[in-house]
Amino acid sequence: MGGILELTEASRTLKLKNKLGLHARAAAAFVKVAQQFKSKIYLEHKGQKVNGDSILDILTLACPKGGSLTIKTEGVDATSALEALEKLVKNKFGED
Amino acid sequence: MSSDQIKKTLILKGVGVSPGIAIGRCYRFNPLDSQISFYKLKDESLIPKEVSRFRKALKESEHQLLEIQKNLKKAKIAEPIYVIDVHILILKDRIFTNRTIRYIRKLGVNAEWALRMTLDHYKKIFAGVEDDYISSRISDVQYVVQRILRNLSGEKREIVWETGSNGVIIVAHDISPADTAQMKLDKIMGFATDSGGRTSHTAIVARSLELPAVVGLDNITGFVADGDELIVDGTAGMVVVNPYTDMLKRYEEKKRHHDAAQDHYLQYGVLPATTLDKFRVNIGCNIEFVEEIPSAITHGAENIGLYRTEFLYIYRDTLPTEDDHLNNYRQVVEDKNLSWATIRTFDLGGDKFPNYQKQAKEANPQMGLRAIRFCLKEVDIFKTQLRAIWRASAYGKIKILFPMISSVDEIREAKALLQETRQELEDEGVDIAATIETGVMIEVPAAVIIADKLAREVDFFSIGTNDLIQYSLAIDRANERLSYMYEPLHPAVLRLIKQVVEAAQKAKIHTSMCGEMAGDPLCTLILLGMELDELSMNHLAIPRIKKIIRESTLKEAKVMLKKALSFNTAKEVRSYVQDYMIKRFPDEFAEED
Repeated sequence: MGGILELTEASRTLKLKNKLGLHARAAAAFVKVAQQFKSKIYLEHKGQKVNGDSILDILTLACPKGGSLTIKTEGVDATSALEALEKLVKNKFGED
Repeated sequence: MSSDQIKKTLILKGVGVSPGIAIGRCYRFNPLDSQISFYKLKDESLIPKEVSRFRKALKESEHQLLEIQKNLKKAKIAEPIYVIDVHILILKDRIFTNRTIRYIRKLGVNAEWALRMTLDHYKKIFAGVEDDYISSRISDVQYVVQRILRNLSGEKREIVWETGSNGVIIVAHDISPADTAQMKLDKIMGFATDSGGRTSHTAIVARSLELPAVVGLDNITGFVADGDELIVDGTAGMVVVNPYTDMLKRYEEKKRHHDAAQDHYLQYGVLPATTLDKFRVNIGCNIEFVEEIPSAITHGAENIGLYRTEFLYIYRDTLPTEDDHLNNYRQVVEDKNLSWATIRTFDLGGDKFPNYQKQAKEANPQMGLRAIRFCLKEVDIFKTQLRAIWRASAYGKIKILFPMISSVDEIREAKALLQETRQELEDEGVDIAATIETGVMIEVPAAVIIADKLAREVDFFSIGTNDLIQYSLAIDRANERLSYMYEPLHPAVLRLIKQVVEAAQKAKIHTSMCGEMAGDPLCTLILLGMELDELSMNHLAIPRIKKIIRESTLKEAKVMLKKALSFNTAKEVRSYVQDYMIKRFPDEFAEED
């Protein structure tokens, strides 16, 4: 491989607005988007940090409606991953 | 009661998550049917093979779920599809799979064992989550694990729902959308599960299929066997296992009403049953369980016209205590939406009692030692109930109804016991109401004939048409070959009812009717013409009966009754009444045969 891969980190904290919080359907939508990127993705809620591509990890965060959720991305496409995930959360995971 | 009483009637209470009534045979569904063996691998060299066996099962499971998802989309059951998405994501969750593979590698156990350990791990984690919705999602992990296990065992066959031609009721620990995708939906009439709540998959699936379902029954799988007769009452949240004949008949009737009931009738529920010329009929509801009260109220019941208390005795190994009775009665009388509750003392024979089975079998239990006859013989059992009724009277208005009275002696004896228990409670300083209205069930023809005498003993009559018809026409209701002869519009039956009302009116007491006839819309004008003060029926019948009464006049009902009474045969009465009602209420009777 020629060039040096540039690793970036990005993070953002958002409030969950969808009706049921980070429940199964929302978690599934999140994982599906997260898996499209090469970066490592983490989710943080109330000091608990989990893998953003593991549906079981995300479920156990039990982040309710109105809860604050921090998305962290690390990797070559960290910025675009963060953008996509942020959009998903703001769109209430395509629900309602 | 028929002779097939060998199977014990059981009543299980859970959470009704999809309304309606289903009656059918039990079909046990156990997704872990396949035999699972747990063992340690003989040596390390077997580990790679075990890991690839696990990976293969994962692949197969995923493939199956995708297939099921495709079929579900075709069937247009929108709601549960995302759940299968969730299952696929769990299946592919690398933290989940890596943990299982690590167990295989580090501990040298087979894939089944490793998978079980992973499940246990997640059980612990999910149990620690405070959010109920999230912690109940462990069921998703369980489904996925079960599916993988099935594939590991080489069980390729999906569950095929080949059963008899009749519908079945699915009984399971829990049901996943993937499970339902494999079912022949047209064969399924309802669901009953051990676990789950309003948001469980069973609930979602049942509602989307509009099938009655009760979940959260704890251990129904431990109580039933394939082929058991089941009633699933998704409205009240109850399941009856092997219902006895009378109960089954009542539920069949309820089901008919439910199927006929349309939402637009509900608006009539809240209105009073007053005719156009201002004759007011009280509308009561017949109930058997306190769980039925909310639907009674939403359908427009003004009181409980008949609370059957037999169930208190039936599904248990010991006699109910005074407090057992009280706990139930309080819930019935305390509801502020109901003017009163009519509690009928138990109508059972000795064969239904725990510790009382050793007596000789009666050849004809319908005419045997039961109801008030049994009560007056087994005074202690009876007094326990009477004491509880008095105690409940402190919490709301109660009327007490004695069943199967056929003589003045019986009602006098029953009343004496009622006074005796009242005295006891007063002496004990227990808070009770000043009085309780007492009534007799008019269901034995003899009671009709001496109605004038009985009227002097009590505050009201309640006509039990089911038994009255059976006894007066000498028709065993359980005998299918005679069922065509069971006819509420038989001239003899009409005369009996009329005689009861007239005797009551002379004595200035009220007459109610609590048999099936009261809820039969075809008979409404006939009964209105009789000037019954109250009609009590199952909740589903109420809105329709109210609507008919509100659109009628007492005057026309009397004219119609007079005409009906002039005929010589039941057939003539029926055809007259039918023609009249269809013409008079074309919308109400249009779709009936």
